Amino acid sequence: MQILILLIQIAILVAVVLLHVAYATYFERKIIGHMQVRMGPMLVGWHGLLQPIADGIKSFFKEDIIPDQADKSLFLAAPIICLAAMMVSLSVLPFAKGWALADINVGLLFIFAMSSLASYGIILAGWASNSKYTLLGGIRSMAQVISYEIAIGLSLVGVMMLSGTLNLSQIVEAQGNSFFGMFIISQPVAFFVFFIAMLAETNRVPFDLPEAETELVSGYITEYSGMRYAMFFMAEYIGMFVMASIGVVCFLGGWYGPFAVPLFPPIWFILKVYFIMFLFIWIRATLPRYRYDQLMAIGWKLLIPLSLGNIFITGLAMTLAQ
Amino acid sequence: MLIKSIFLYCALVIITTAILTVRFRNPVHSVLAVLVLFFHMAGLYLLLNAEFLAAVQVIVYAGAILVLYLFVVFLVNVKKEIKTDRFIASYKIAAICSFLVFVLLIAGSRSFLIGPSGKWTIEAVNRITHTKAIGSEIFSTYVLPFEIVALILLVAVIGGILLAKQDKQEDFSIHKKRFPQLKEDNSA
Repeated sequence: MQILILLIQIAILVAVVLLHVAYATYFERKIIGHMQVRMGPMLVGWHGLLQPIADGIKSFFKEDIIPDQADKSLFLAAPIICLAAMMVSLSVLPFAKGWALADINVGLLFIFAMSSLASYGIILAGWASNSKYTLLGGIRSMAQVISYEIAIGLSLVGVMMLSGTLNLSQIVEAQGNSFFGMFIISQPVAFFVFFIAMLAETNRVPFDLPEAETELVSGYITEYSGMRYAMFFMAEYIGMFVMASIGVVCFLGGWYGPFAVPLFPPIWFILKVYFIMFLFIWIRATLPRYRYDQLMAIGWKLLIPLSLGNIFITGLAMTLAQ
Repeated sequence: MLIKSIFLYCALVIITTAILTVRFRNPVHSVLAVLVLFFHMAGLYLLLNAEFLAAVQVIVYAGAILVLYLFVVFLVNVKKEIKTDRFIASYKIAAICSFLVFVLLIAGSRSFLIGPSGKWTIEAVNRITHTKAIGSEIFSTYVLPFEIVALILLVAVIGGILLAKQDKQEDFSIHKKRFPQLKEDNSA
């Protein structure tokens, strides 16, 4: 019986997140459209509201092309690895008090572990397609994820120290239901590092070198088509959602808001996540892409020393306060 | 019963993937077999109530070290594998020796004892969470070995930097030999 309830909860979560992914693409196209003084999608449905569904149906019925020289089994498996790893990390997110599928003690580490597994999907896609562009995209993504995972992990150490736990719900509880309790107030440097590393970790502009259109056609997804292409797309948007959620949980006070909403407790969480998603899109519409050496220099020479210094100062302040 | 079957499943997959790692023709497939192996190792840690170790196993080994292996495999790019029957002539003796070692290990495993239970029983670890238990042990009881390990790693880092820097200087000296006018530019 318990297993049945859990299965239903998982089904609801997956359905909601997939719907979210579909409309996140609409959200992105509309916002970028308006920022560039265009209308964005307008034809399918009222103001293009049915566009994501039309896109989904189209990619579902398209031919699934497999290159002749590709490593077939890995080529077929890569998008599945990517999407599955991203979806599994949804299970530990606390959407509201008690609204987490698995409230585990090492939730934060679990999400890092799953995001490193997802990068395997990208690397393998790049290698298995047997094309120069995809291989370059895969290798770039590999180097980028390794470098920025260190920065993102170190930036969250300050949060772990202040809250004394790795459990995501307890991190939210440690910030308490107040504005000044939010860790963005006490850990501004960590939030800065986290935010930049988050953009790089999800391969978003200005760090979207793995799929830089101007030099690599479409990077690691060049050879993919139809539903498998859509799976990479979904994995990328779920990745954005997960990273934005981590930001909300660790720095913006999770599900707490100015006032409690009685019927639908996750409302503040969702609003905050959408605020960060809006920032993602705003940055994409505004900034040009970094060069590859600049990307590495920012990661290793700026973000990692900053977060190490932040750990030291946080530790010092905590010892002095005791 | 459930825990035992999970253990058996993990052990079976670990052994199978370990064999597959050596048997696969393609090095990338071998690396992937190791990836599956690491995940099931993490599963074993979870069975032992060591959730921190399980997460770190995946993050460090699967997320960083194995990716570096993949890097090497990609960049070396083994197109064709050398095919010979045996690398050494005395393979029969080697096979007998390894079989004897296997028999010895199996025979030795019968005399395994359950170690004495220390301060950290399962209840004690669960009460303050595994992460905290490991942290407090490392930074109190085992602080000296921990610092020594840190020192060894630091030596490795310094050695790596030294090697990388040395190459550049040597390159420049070669350039100097080849183009003597470079020296004058430097002094000016």
